[in-house]
Amino acid sequence: MSTQTIETTVEKKPAEALLSKRRKKFLNDPLSDDNPVTIQVLGICSALAVTTQMKPTLTMAISVIFVMVFSNLIISLMRSLVPTRVRIIVQLAVIATLVTLVSEVLMAYQYDMYKELSVFVGLIITNCIVMGRLEAFALANKPWDSVLDAVGNGLGYSWIILAVAFFREIFGSGKLFGWPLFEAIGIENFPTNGLMVTPVGAFFILGLIIWVQRNKSGYIEH
Amino acid sequence: MRQSNTYVIVFSAILTIVLGGLLSLANQGLKPMQQKSIELDTKKKILSAVTDLKGKKGDEILDLYSQTIESIVVNLDGEPIEKDEKGGDIVAENVNIAKNFKKVPEERAYPVFKFHKAGDKESIEAYILPVYGKGLWGPIWGFIALETDLNTIKGTSFDHKTETPGLGARITTTEVRNRYNGKKVFDNNGNLISIFMLKGENHPTKALDEHHIDGMSGATLTGNGVNEMLENYFKYYQGYINKSKNATQKVALLY
Repeated sequence: MSTQTIETTVEKKPAEALLSKRRKKFLNDPLSDDNPVTIQVLGICSALAVTTQMKPTLTMAISVIFVMVFSNLIISLMRSLVPTRVRIIVQLAVIATLVTLVSEVLMAYQYDMYKELSVFVGLIITNCIVMGRLEAFALANKPWDSVLDAVGNGLGYSWIILAVAFFREIFGSGKLFGWPLFEAIGIENFPTNGLMVTPVGAFFILGLIIWVQRNKSGYIEH
Repeated sequence: MRQSNTYVIVFSAILTIVLGGLLSLANQGLKPMQQKSIELDTKKKILSAVTDLKGKKGDEILDLYSQTIESIVVNLDGEPIEKDEKGGDIVAENVNIAKNFKKVPEERAYPVFKFHKAGDKESIEAYILPVYGKGLWGPIWGFIALETDLNTIKGTSFDHKTETPGLGARITTTEVRNRYNGKKVFDNNGNLISIFMLKGENHPTKALDEHHIDGMSGATLTGNGVNEMLENYFKYYQGYINKSKNATQKVALLY
């Protein structure tokens, strides 16, 4: 009943712009004010595990965005069909299928990356951000809004893990995307920090990012 | 309606069939590419024990491989074998070292990759042997290239599944791999000694003899795993090594 009334009211109004002010919020909020990693503290496991170097981190970021966008889209399209009692399992099945697809494609075309990321691609399934968005957003919103929400949250996750990887690779191995940065600017024997290549290093960087961000935004945990 | 048991069951069944079908389609469609990737990866690992492959593309590597590598499979005694237990042909590149590792040494198939001048099978430059063992957290494996005297190390390449990045995972770096170059497997009397990585790093050069190399600081257990792996596999290949040595000596006597 209720969905029908909303649809009829939408039909009367002129169509909402593809990136209206309301929709831009879906994209912008997760980047800082409602960031899935630094504010909601989700997806920490992979933020610690894959961020030793930029390259695998970038692959991971793209994979997560892909999985999020399509799972949000699919679930949103099916939202009136999914039985409430099995919705979690349905979400899981959709996510798992997409993740397996990513893993198969990586294995075929990026075998080195596939080996390097190994188990962490499969673990996208357990990334709370993906399922969190399905449960909190896609099940109750229209496809296009859900896609925007997924892109926003995916990017919010991506820039954090890329930032962490940036500092970890520079200080941990003195490189950037595998390119010897310090040798290139004339510093031989840069003393790399062993802590940075362990997950502990990621904790420090993540903590610093959260600190800087909350200092700026004035966000306080209640 | 949406909450009834029948609906839930039918919905789940349809979802499973659709998603399952999608996955098997993807798997079938991508299989040729995946197999090519795996093949390329193996051949890359074999070749990287003897040459530097930096900047080479996939097809170039496959070309180089077909021109310079001749592979055979031997048993523990060093006798060449061509058929497996089921009577199928054994291809050295397809021998799964990890699976073989689970069998008793006598039943395993041991591939040998002979690296020769491009197109000339007689002028062998190195023998490349696969090795497999246990690291600290999971399996480690690699390829050891021996000079034609079947004693001196020409090059190594290692890989691992889950060694600690920055510590044990350093076995894959050229810095660590190059420490093996020029070391000897056998002593002057022909007894097997193998090569050992020491505990700790930055040992003075005089502390390292023909059978010992500098270790990796913070990764002694991975180092021990590598030591054990090498010692085991030199033992397993001893049959083949002795046979080949005798053969080359006989050839040398004839001239």
